Order: sequence, then C-alpha cells, then structure tokens
Amino acid sequence: MPWSRVKPELHEPGSFTENPEEGRVISYPEAVRDGLFQVLKHDPQVFLMGQDVDAPGGMFGTTRELQEEFGPERVFDTPLSETALMGVAVGAALAGMRPVYFHNRPDFLFLAMDQLVNHAAKWHYMFGGAVSVPLVVWACIGRGWGSAAQHSQALQGLFMHIPGLKLIMPSTCYDAKGLLIAAVADANPVVILEHRFNFKQKGNVPEGIYRVPIGQGVIRREGTAVTVVAVSHLVLEAFHAAQELAAEGLEVEIIDPRTLRPLDEEIILNSVAKTGRLVIADTGWKTGGVTGEIAAMVAEKGFSYLKAPIKRVAAPDVPTPAGYTLEEAFYFGKEEIKQAILELVK
Amino acid sequence: MNLPRETLTRLYYEMLRIRRLQLRIDALYLDNDMKTPVHLCIGQEAIPVGVCAHLEREDYINSTHRGHGHYLAKGGNLKALVAELHCKETGCSKGRGGSMHLVDVAVGHFGSSSIVGGGIPIATGLGLASKMRGQSRVSVAFFGDGAADEGVLYESINFAVLKRLPVLFVLENNQFSVCSHVSTRQAGEYVFHAMDLDLLLSAKLDGNDVLAVYEQAGAAVARARAGLGPSFLECQTYRLWGHAGCQAQEPQGYRDPAEVEQWRARCPIAMLEKRLLAAAMITRSEIEAMERKIAAELDEAFTCARQDPLPARADLPLYLFCE
Repeated sequence: MPWSRVKPELHEPGSFTENPEEGRVISYPEAVRDGLFQVLKHDPQVFLMGQDVDAPGGMFGTTRELQEEFGPERVFDTPLSETALMGVAVGAALAGMRPVYFHNRPDFLFLAMDQLVNHAAKWHYMFGGAVSVPLVVWACIGRGWGSAAQHSQALQGLFMHIPGLKLIMPSTCYDAKGLLIAAVADANPVVILEHRFNFKQKGNVPEGIYRVPIGQGVIRREGTAVTVVAVSHLVLEAFHAAQELAAEGLEVEIIDPRTLRPLDEEIILNSVAKTGRLVIADTGWKTGGVTGEIAAMVAEKGFSYLKAPIKRVAAPDVPTPAGYTLEEAFYFGKEEIKQAILELVK
Repeated sequence: MNLPRETLTRLYYEMLRIRRLQLRIDALYLDNDMKTPVHLCIGQEAIPVGVCAHLEREDYINSTHRGHGHYLAKGGNLKALVAELHCKETGCSKGRGGSMHLVDVAVGHFGSSSIVGGGIPIATGLGLASKMRGQSRVSVAFFGDGAADEGVLYESINFAVLKRLPVLFVLENNQFSVCSHVSTRQAGEYVFHAMDLDLLLSAKLDGNDVLAVYEQAGAAVARARAGLGPSFLECQTYRLWGHAGCQAQEPQGYRDPAEVEQWRARCPIAMLEKRLLAAAMITRSEIEAMERKIAAELDEAFTCARQDPLPARADLPLYLFCE
C-alpha cells in the first residue's frame, strides 16, 4: 500500500527546534528509533516488544535493526494476544523491568484495555503506593488510503479519561525522541499516541539522551489575536494556518500541549488571558473528547478572559469511512483551523 | 505420607490458620466493621498451602478476589491483611484496596486483581522478568474456573510455553462463578491437558488433598526452576461458602444442599488431620496448641485493626502517580 504517497516529505519549521545547533536533521521515525536506541543502550531493564518490532521494515522504521543491535531477548516479536501481552508487560514492570510495548495502531489497544485500564492504571493507587508500573505503550494512528473505521481511530479522549495513565502526543521529531525517553524514565504507565502524518516530517534532533518534560506544553508560535491549542499533527496544520493569516495581519498563538495528561493548563490559560479567543483542534472525535475537556477547563478557570465563545475543530462523530470522497469529508486540517480562527475574529 | 513429620504438620498448620481467619471474618462480618466485599476460600485451603510450601520468599505469586489464602500461604503479614479488611491506613494496601486487593511485596505478592483472570498475564510477566534477568524465581498464577472461561488464560499459557517461562498456572476449580456452575460454562476437558508434556506439564488432581497438591506443585516448581518451562495444574475443589460475604448471606436455591454436604465431608483440613492422627504424627494436644496460637494471633490482629486509624480524607489524591 502506498501509504507514503498520502503526504509529501516535509521539513519542520526552524522555530520548532530547540537548540538547533546541537542536532542533525533526521526523519520522524528515525527520531523515535533514536530514542529507543538510547534507552535500550543506557538501561538494561528496558526491553521492547510488539508485533513486528523485529520485522525488516521495523514498524515504519521506528524499530529498524534494534533486534540486531540489542538481541532477541530485549527486542522481540509477540503473539497478537493483546490482552495477555499487556498483562505480561505489567507483570514485568512490577518486577522492575521497563517494558516498551509497541502497537501498530491504537485500534488494537481496545483488546488490551482490561490490562491497561483495570490493572496498569490502578496498581499504584489501589495498593497504597506499594507497587508501581513503569510501562510505556506506544501506538501510531493511521490515516488515509482507505484505512477505514478500524485502522484510523484517534483514541486519546478515552485514555485522557483514565486516572493513573499519562498520555503523550508528540508533534515534532525533537519531542518524539525526548518524550519517549522521558516516558521510559517515568515510574508510571505512559501511553504515547503518534500520528502517521507526522512520520513524513524531518527535523533537528540532538544525539544522545535528552528528555522533554511530561506535562509541559510549548508555544510553537507567538501571537496576540487568537490562541490555537492543537494536538499531534494538527500543530503543524495550525502553524501553517497562522503563517497565512499573519500575511493578513492576524497574529495567532499556537500552543502544543505535547502531553494531554497531565495537561499543562497554565500555558493554555496564560495564552487565553493574552488573546481572549480560543480554538482547540484535535484529531479525535468531538463528543466526549480532548477538545471538550480543554474547553471545559478554560471555561472553569479562565472564563473571564474570553471575548468570544470557544471554537472546536475535531473529527465528526462518525466512524472513519474508507472511500476517498467520504475520507475527504471526514478529515480536516489547515483550512478548517483557519476558518475557525476567522470566525472568532470577524 | 512419606513426607517428614515437620512438613506434614506445617501443611496442616497453614491450612488451619487460613480456615480460622476465614471463620473469624464470617463470624464478625455482619458487625459491619469490615466494609469490604469478602470472598472466602473455605474448603479450598489445600491449594495455596500445597503450592506455596515449595516457594521461596522471593518467588512471585499473583492472586484473585478470593485471595486471603494465597496471601497467608505465601507468608503475607496477617495484621496488615486484617487491617486492610477494615480499610485502615495500616492495611497492606493502606485502605485503598480492601479485601480483593491485597499486596505484600516483601514476600513476592505483587497485588491481587478482582477482574476475573486479570492476574494470569501479570504472573506471566513476572515470570518473564525472572527469566530475562537469569534468576531462578518462579511465578505462580492462582485463578478459578471462572477465569478459565476467559481468553486471557489461553493467551498467557501460549506465551509462557513459547518463551519457556518459569510460571505455574494453578486452576482452583471450585465449580462456581458466583452462582453459575462450571457445567453451564464449559464442556469437556481443558485443551491444555492435550499439549505435549515437554511443552506444558499439565495435571488434574484432587485439590482437597493437600499431599496431592504438594507433590504435583513440587514437580512443577522444580521444572520451572530448572528452566524447563510452565505447568498447568487443575485442582478440583469446591466452594463451601457462597460467592461473597458470610455464610448467612449466601443466596439459596442455586445448588443442592446434599452436594455441599458431600464436599464438606471432604474438608481438606479434616482429611489431613485424620491421616496424621491415624499415623500418630500429630496429637490432639498439639492440635489444640495450634488452635490456641492461631486464636491469639487473630485476637491481636482484629483488636489492632479496630483501633487503627482510617485514611485521612485529605489523602484522597495520594498514590495516583508514583513520583
């Protein structure tokens, strides 16, 4: 399947990189792989498991040749058995190992929800702090080429709902590596949801170990007219929308929360205090999801800042269709974000 | 019976201790000091005791909602258990878990799940960690016939066989899941018995005969320690009490009282006691001394638990994340 044709290669804007002089330009999957390489190299407790992590293609390139590097004991293919394998990861984590469990697509995490939600997320609390589950679960949201209803779900709203889970959605090569390293170092279960649309990006990534703090958002572009909180690959879409609007004299601020739980509320509230207008863009469904949660948080804690109603750009509340025309109607990006911004200022 | 007298009396004592705790809970339950759903394992004591007799302190177990017996047999702290039943800050789970969620990391008990079958893959993962580190620690998953309805058992055994993990899958077939009899949920033998014994050591045994459990578990633990892989032990037993709560709360009409009486006559403790007395390996006065010791231990645990502090309301958010 020519997945790669869905989106052309794309260089991240220079402003997306911290300390650009330190790094080198690599692709997004290479950045993820670099993060995995570093944690496997520096911590003998870390191991990587998941269907096809040893395959020649290496899960879109993210795990390529890691088995050759670290051996079949530490990098291994698994039976599909998502329920049991998530439990196996929980058990290994309880013993002090640091499992990283890779999934091709979040849709299959539904099969592992019992162990992730009923067990991993509860274990530290339910036993009064006696035990902890340092576990990283990684999955990549699919999109396009008729992926359809069971191969393209953006399930962050579900995971954000669960106390005891941390939830990360990177949007840059730098963060993909730095957040992965931070997740592996964290003593709690951490879910990382990637998006296939980020995988065509190239960006500046330092070599070696560095961590991006979990729970800390970042301002991708400063502005005074409208705040856009965008998640995952929509950060880049929002950035391009903002660049186009700047030509029309409208300065839009782009916030990338990077972590949805814990959420950096302060960075969002500070921005809304400055702009008074808020657009929230998420790849997930609108109802009961990330945009609703962030909107409610701002309404509760920053209502007096708002000069206009909050706008949400999110997926329509239907399963993803396969057909090309319906897919086009379902998905959204720069234009829809731009439209929402313009509606707020007109 | 060709075991040392010390081993036999130890097995007897451990079963008796679990039974007396269960009966004490039963007697006090309607006082409502233990505000937690208890699932008593009366009649099933031989299985945790027969298996855990082979385990070292650092070996792992994973347990279920019906887990008081596993916890004590593995050496878990009794006072912390009783305090947990009272949901006190001094409980093994600091009052956050209750009866269904016991833990004692110091003896390899990493927490029990009340999701039926939930502990099975976790025990498998503990076994994986042991193997990856080149340790000789074995891991035991205790679970019931209800958990054997779940697909996760198949998935976990497949993985343990695939990786030759040092895991014992110990099925306590007590014949009931709440009020549903195993015959309404399962037909025929467990498929695991059909596997090549080299891949999976499997056995079907009388779970009320502690010596039978001890013998089979010994072989399974030795196999695991030698790096030869997992075992599946189907221990046939019977839940003498209702699913949850004390005996007075058991719903009527779902099983034949005559069947209960038949199994009561096969009480694992009474059966071993009879054999030990007949072989003159224990005396009545030794049994009475054990009873007195256990009663004193329980008196102290329950007295402390009643007096211990409850968790503070302000501590509600504590332990959400490990710092």
